[in-house]
Amino acid sequence: MIAPSDGSWIEAPLVLLMLAAIGLMAWRLWQFLRRQRTAQGALIDRINSLLPQTQCGQCGHAGCRPYARAMAWGEAINKCPPGGATTIMQLAALLNEAPQHLDPAHGQEQEASVARIREADCIGCTKCLPVCPVDAIIGGPKLMHTVIDRECSGCDLCLAACPVDCIDMLPLTAATAAKWQPTAGGRDSEIVVS
Amino acid sequence: MSELPKTRHSAASFHGGIYLPPRKGKVLRHRIMPQPLPPSLTIPLQQGQGTPPTVVVEVGTRVLKYQLLAQATEENSVCAHAPTSGVVAAIGDCPVAEHGHPPRPCIQLRVDHQDEALELTANSDYLNLDDHEMRRLIESAGICGMGGAGFPSAQKLKAGLAQGVSLLIINAAECDPYICADEALLREHAREVVQGAEILRRASRATDCVIAIEKNKSAALQPLCEALSSSDIELALLEPRYPSGGERQLIQALNGRELARGSYPHDQGVLVFNVATAHASYKAVALGIPCVSRVCTLTGAPLITPKNFDVLIGTPVSFLLNLCGLEPLPTQEFIVGGAMMGRLLSDTSVALDKTSNCLIATSDEEFALPDSELPCIRCGRCAEVCPAKLQPQQLYGAVRAERMDLTSEFGLDACIECGACAYVCPSSIPLVQYFRAGKSASRSWQRQRNSAQRWQVRFTSHRRRLQLQRRARAANKAAKQRVDSAPPFSRAQAREEIAAAVARVKARREQLGVSTDDDAEERS
Repeated sequence: MIAPSDGSWIEAPLVLLMLAAIGLMAWRLWQFLRRQRTAQGALIDRINSLLPQTQCGQCGHAGCRPYARAMAWGEAINKCPPGGATTIMQLAALLNEAPQHLDPAHGQEQEASVARIREADCIGCTKCLPVCPVDAIIGGPKLMHTVIDRECSGCDLCLAACPVDCIDMLPLTAATAAKWQPTAGGRDSEIVVS
Repeated sequence: MSELPKTRHSAASFHGGIYLPPRKGKVLRHRIMPQPLPPSLTIPLQQGQGTPPTVVVEVGTRVLKYQLLAQATEENSVCAHAPTSGVVAAIGDCPVAEHGHPPRPCIQLRVDHQDEALELTANSDYLNLDDHEMRRLIESAGICGMGGAGFPSAQKLKAGLAQGVSLLIINAAECDPYICADEALLREHAREVVQGAEILRRASRATDCVIAIEKNKSAALQPLCEALSSSDIELALLEPRYPSGGERQLIQALNGRELARGSYPHDQGVLVFNVATAHASYKAVALGIPCVSRVCTLTGAPLITPKNFDVLIGTPVSFLLNLCGLEPLPTQEFIVGGAMMGRLLSDTSVALDKTSNCLIATSDEEFALPDSELPCIRCGRCAEVCPAKLQPQQLYGAVRAERMDLTSEFGLDACIECGACAYVCPSSIPLVQYFRAGKSASRSWQRQRNSAQRWQVRFTSHRRRLQLQRRARAANKAAKQRVDSAPPFSRAQAREEIAAAVARVKARREQLGVSTDDDAEERS
């Protein structure tokens, strides 16, 4: 006698079948979650690509990508002053929402600008170095600091960190106009800021 | 007419284009006129997209004709020379002929009417010069593309040399209906142009050389054929269809192959130079004369005697207009650079540069104010005439909608701004204006996007760096805490620990059977 007498041998394939069904469902759930996660990630990437990447934090997040993630989970789209109306329109089109006005609680739309350190006044305290979100300030302790204007995103964050107020925000046009000017004799003249 | 020189026939024709009635007859009645000296010259230093050269004179210096004013220091800058003798009055930014351009660096020269020239050294045996020496002479003479682009010719020759040039094209097509500076130059100086072509061919080590000219340039053809009869430079006769003189269109017509979008002629082993550039090269290499003047057509109905002038670089537009007798009209504008591709002048005090081949005074009969713009009806005529094979109606939509991602996809960068689309547009849409605005908007959008991408990368690495710093700081703190929490140092305990260690070593040595130094001393 191989089969048990109480007839439970009939249930063995049933148990196997149920286990397989549970496994399949778990597998499908796992797939679904993974797909959701990558879809959400792709959405975050697309939102992030519309943001101006100044990393200024005026939206209340620690940078553009964190705000993009928050928007993917339903946060308001009108909190980015550097992007302004153009960015809001693009975000509205992407997220299928109604375009809104910029939320004044987060600041006003402004002309693009770059920071410039008045080098004579800089005391070399290094306090502005870690607050720069794009590492555009170079300098060492007790040595003059300067802003690499090509890399500066114009976020204003260094202004508050400076204890001697030696950083100015210049409109981008004036900053780029301040270039080498040809002078008599071919000598390098001082950088002229209009 | 002498027998026709070796002629190359068009291998293929470019797409689209339009037939424009030429309006050059009245100007070509006169010879090229030398120009009287104006009271002052404003010599522009920057050509086209290039960077300004380094100024080598100071305010107040007296300079002689042909004296070097600014030395080219970078690859895309061009030397500037004094067109006549005088005193440097000012060095600074002045408004330039290009409409909408910010002021550019210029040297203002107060002319002293002595026209005292530097001694020049001519090369009698110029054709046997080393090609490197030829390029050096062309560079130091400040020669740039005189057909309109203003790219330094020596740099173009170098770029061609690096790739190897099979075909050198001298562009005499001059397809604009008003410009006839090149035609007049060929009519009067055909031999010199051919010699200039020979110089450029040797300087670029090109195997073949072709002078391309439209069939209907009757004034220039005979002298050109005579000059070519003793040379192996070929002649190419083009269909007079605008824009046959466009660089890419010309290459397609002569080489039979279309130039890929975004690639340069030298990628295909072709170099194109304007006739005026060839003439200037001849003057520079054979006679040692730097580029201080060029032929410029002054035309338009309001001018009583429209003429071609040998214009000194830096002559104010108003001075030239007065020479031709300008009838003032209430609604009058001035176009520099030809009727199809030229740009409106902001005012007539600006100076002409090395690329200004034409100056047109407009009148209402010839240049009627454009009708008000009507909606695009998608007739597709613009696409039929576009020599760059673009879809202007599609581009127009993208530019108006400010879809900068689409404009580059639709090939806005390939637009040569020839104006054929706007010419045929039944809705009078100023398409070229839209495309020019779209190009600059697209460039700034691209720049913004590039910096955004860079900022994103820098932000990510900044955050990672700060995180690592935080972790390192926490680890340091923990280590310090472990040290602090250890029991205080006691001398007795330390002594015990040392004794224990000594005992441990001794025991181990005994176990291994090694004699210690102390044992050795005892034995002795």
